[in-house]
Amino acid sequence: MQMSSIVRTTADILFPFILIYGFYIVIHGHLTPGGGFQGGAVLASGVLLLLFAYRYNESTRIVKKTVMKTIESGGLLLFIITALSAMLLGAGFFFNWAASGGMIFGDLVAFGSTAANLNTGGLIPIMNLAVGIEVVGAISVILLALLSGIKEKI
Amino acid sequence: MIEMILHTILLLGMIGAAILVFTFKDLVSAAIAFGAFSFILALEFYLLQAPDVAIAEAAIGAGLSTAAFMIAIRGTSRKERDEA
Repeated sequence: MQMSSIVRTTADILFPFILIYGFYIVIHGHLTPGGGFQGGAVLASGVLLLLFAYRYNESTRIVKKTVMKTIESGGLLLFIITALSAMLLGAGFFFNWAASGGMIFGDLVAFGSTAANLNTGGLIPIMNLAVGIEVVGAISVILLALLSGIKEKI
Repeated sequence: MIEMILHTILLLGMIGAAILVFTFKDLVSAAIAFGAFSFILALEFYLLQAPDVAIAEAAIGAGLSTAAFMIAIRGTSRKERDEA
């Protein structure tokens, strides 16, 4: 079944804005409500919009199952490597060595109620990013597996 | 006071949406009513000052699970049969 051109044009226009909003939720995970899981779910609903607006054969040319599996595994790998990187420095598993270190996400958190600084948190934003990548891959794999089981392809 | 009125409206809307999910025989309509139920539940979470849960509920409940129901209905039959 082919969706109407109104649906497809709306999906095309909305898709980048949904992606930007999901990425905003992921990257501000340590400052505002939201985080890796919620942002990843919003990103996956953007992918879902593409899957519904186009035919199965057309959309699987953009969203491939093997690519999504690779993305999911990459997110998990990034998470566990970030957690293990503290052990290379002699600290415990999950130790936040990058907080207040002056490097990426390494600013010192100002005392008192000041404006929020995105460049803080150490390993926490990196782990949020890893969880977001993992969730968007996993939910896309679930939806693709559901869609591929239907006889009459939509 | 205004908060109590908002809570009342949202809870009555949730009950109405749940009754609609139960009574619809057309399964696509029931799935859409379930999406409306999830959306009102997300608004209620936001009113109860849990914005974290509200974002998750809006994305998973109203977006992704409705789509999963749609795909499942497409794979089976659209009308609910009466079991005698």
